Amino acid sequence: MPKFAIIAVSILFDGLAYAMFLFITSVGLSVTMGLMGFVNLAHGAFAMAGGYIVVSLTRDLGIGFVPSLGIAAVTVGAASVVFERGLYRRLYKATDLEQVLLTIGLAFMAIATFTYFYGPIPKSVPLPTWLQGDINLGFRAFPSYRAFLIGLGIVLICVLWYAFERTNIGAKIRAAVDNRRMAESVGINVDRLFTLTFAVGSGLAALGGGLAIQLFGLSPSFAVLYLVLFLIVVAVGGLGSLKGTLLAALVLGVFDTAGKYLLADAGGFFIYAVTVVVLLIKPQGFYGRE
Amino acid sequence: MTDVALQVLGLNRSFGALRVTRDVDLTLERGARRALIGPNGAGKTTLVNLITGALKPSTGKVLLNGVDITATSQAERARRGLARTFQINQLFRGLTVLENVCMVIAERDGYANNLWRVVGSKRVILDEALDYLDALRLTGDALKLVRELPYGRQRLVEIALALAQRPRVLLLDEPAAGVPSSESHLILDVVDSLDPDIAILIIEHDMDVVFRFAREITVLVQGAVFTQGTPAEIMANEEVRAVYLGQRHGAGGGSHG
Amino acid sequence: MSDTALSKSVEPVSTASADRKAMRERAADYLLRRHRLGWPELLPWAAAIAAFFLFPDRMTFGGQVLIMVLFALSLDLILGYAGIVTLGHAAFFGIGAYTVGLLIARLGWSEPISSVIAAGLVAGFFGFLFGVFLLRYRGLTLLMLTLATAIMVQETGNLRSDISGGYDGLPGLVISPLFGHFDYDLYGHVNYLYVLGVLAIVFYGVRRVVHSPFGQALTGIRENVRRMHAIGSPVHRRLVTVYTIAAGIAGIAGGLFTQTNAFVTLAVFDFDVSAKIMVMLILGGTGRLYGAFLGATVYMVLEDYFSKMSPTFWQLGIGLLLVLTVLFAPRGVLGLFEKAAGYFRKERR
Repeated sequence: MPKFAIIAVSILFDGLAYAMFLFITSVGLSVTMGLMGFVNLAHGAFAMAGGYIVVSLTRDLGIGFVPSLGIAAVTVGAASVVFERGLYRRLYKATDLEQVLLTIGLAFMAIATFTYFYGPIPKSVPLPTWLQGDINLGFRAFPSYRAFLIGLGIVLICVLWYAFERTNIGAKIRAAVDNRRMAESVGINVDRLFTLTFAVGSGLAALGGGLAIQLFGLSPSFAVLYLVLFLIVVAVGGLGSLKGTLLAALVLGVFDTAGKYLLADAGGFFIYAVTVVVLLIKPQGFYGRE
Repeated sequence: MTDVALQVLGLNRSFGALRVTRDVDLTLERGARRALIGPNGAGKTTLVNLITGALKPSTGKVLLNGVDITATSQAERARRGLARTFQINQLFRGLTVLENVCMVIAERDGYANNLWRVVGSKRVILDEALDYLDALRLTGDALKLVRELPYGRQRLVEIALALAQRPRVLLLDEPAAGVPSSESHLILDVVDSLDPDIAILIIEHDMDVVFRFAREITVLVQGAVFTQGTPAEIMANEEVRAVYLGQRHGAGGGSHG
Repeated sequence: MSDTALSKSVEPVSTASADRKAMRERAADYLLRRHRLGWPELLPWAAAIAAFFLFPDRMTFGGQVLIMVLFALSLDLILGYAGIVTLGHAAFFGIGAYTVGLLIARLGWSEPISSVIAAGLVAGFFGFLFGVFLLRYRGLTLLMLTLATAIMVQETGNLRSDISGGYDGLPGLVISPLFGHFDYDLYGHVNYLYVLGVLAIVFYGVRRVVHSPFGQALTGIRENVRRMHAIGSPVHRRLVTVYTIAAGIAGIAGGLFTQTNAFVTLAVFDFDVSAKIMVMLILGGTGRLYGAFLGATVYMVLEDYFSKMSPTFWQLGIGLLLVLTVLFAPRGVLGLFEKAAGYFRKERR
């Protein structure tokens, strides 16, 4: 196989895996920001928490990797409800700046807490054998883990798409994102809807955090370092849009991977340059509301 | 100087499939006193937004004093003599009434570009601001914060801001809406006393106000001009009555136009 | 009588011309009082000078505090007065810092005052450039654009680490003596007074701008931008102007930073730095200039004390402080003071 084709396939494969991670972790943030206009910079902390739960479950309790992901997602999702009800609720009417600062404060507290319990050194997770190693297709060996990530991503996309487009609740969410006041006047309980979306979104973030361990390693600073990426995906995709988040994750994931493959040092540049270009042309993102 | 202060030609605006303004033609001569009426949802405020530039039309033209301003910004139109009041007060709530009016005058005269002199050092601005406040009986409230005033008085400030621009064309969006009737007569007195050269378009639901003030009336229905004419003609028009089914004069006010 | 929009005057409420004159005087007096220099404003300066005599061995730290005050001040201009929320202000700080650094390291130019002025001009230029394009946007879009551009500036430095020294930085930057005379002594005495002097001069300028008609217009933009458009205010031009000035001041702070530390690395562009001054400003209180003084001082002192004990506890503490501030003191410590003063005034009546 010609060299450039191999590189192209590698870029696509790795880029796709990265994009799946970005999508899974960011979709919750996009929908909650689109629904309530609430800037939640603690979202990265939820992802980090999920990651650490997976670490503890697999290493200390010997629970399998995949079940741990599920448990982490559910746990963080449930815990997020406490945050939403107890704290965030009071700031829905506050200014952007106040929301930014409050949630950054929470993120700092989370980072400090997890540093205390887990230490600052990056952790890894023991993977089941079927996720270790490669799938060999002759011209290139593809890491099984990334293949799994892509597969899982596709499954989740289908599930979310179905939930969003075909179920009653999905319709209500879309309506509320589009025009909250109108949705409320039609009888949709937007508050409850938001709590639900927030919980699911945080759970997905936790899932993403757990999946990220194998890709990037997990340390408490994950909460802030990767937050920038999530925000970028959300802004570029458009608030409240499943399609937008997916498209943005794909574009940014593939571009970033391509940049790192082809331009090594300058690679990190790409994702930000793409962001600036997209936002200058379409400030509301790919599929955001005007 | 042309006699036509404001002209709107074939103005259209759509939001997706929804056409909110349809082929609207409107002319305001110098010194016009025209009322824009129509049932709720007719697109009256949208039309004002299109004229002032807060909204861009899908097609059509807007001419101010004979000059095509369709492509110019809202701020530029204001600088060329187009002023408006908003249906819901848009004031600087954290500042005093006096500072609100001074802000307008400073912008108008370019004084606001000055980064060095201290606010309040130019007496002429203060004097002029107080003139407007005097006329609207707001002098006693001059040093109060806007957000501390009752809504009716805030509405007067809203009008003061538009007047302070010394406009050639003035668009008033339901100026008396939300004002208790004890105070609304003051607003009408002020509107009456305005420079006869200013072209005024007033959106109103209250027919008493309309018939007292207007020399011409434009009726807007579902985004299109339904009919135009003198108050007498409109009064006598059966179709207008039909379109206003259930909305007799005095019953309206304070809703989307 | 001025040529107003009124053709005939509606009967004014106080027909007596003496009454009107009285109100006129009251109004003028009120406005001037709001903007005139008041005696409480001397307190921070007195404190800064007192610190010089009370803590002679902490003057290097003192210099750092003053630099952060200047930096936070520049953010207050755009955040507190114009209402622009940005996550990339560190970019200008870094640009200023590197201007001074590169002048010394690559061009051998180490005269302090001209270097700092250069830092301000270069940073201001970039402020203008970014501002023209970015300030057409608000909200999350602007947040992300400012963040992304700041990171790109940092990445550019990283790319050309041969010039910038990368994350290891440009070391050993020796500053020439101030005014050709005063050597930078080991304990940072000269440096402290130098930074204080720069701060005072810049602050005077900032204060004038804030109390000018332009500054008033900024408040108008922050309070109700819709209204500003409707009265003909060239909003974008105003925002770019203040952004340029703020960037220049941040650049000056950055230049002073390099001079104080004799060292600069790419870490000056970190998001952490942008976040830090935001926290300082919120703590002190936005839109009131002196909030920068208060917030920066409190933050730096607390950080110095707690992060030495345990960086983790410091992070927890600052996070908690942030949360509590937003929930209970959204207008910062100055806001709390104002509230208290309000109670006292009410009591007196």
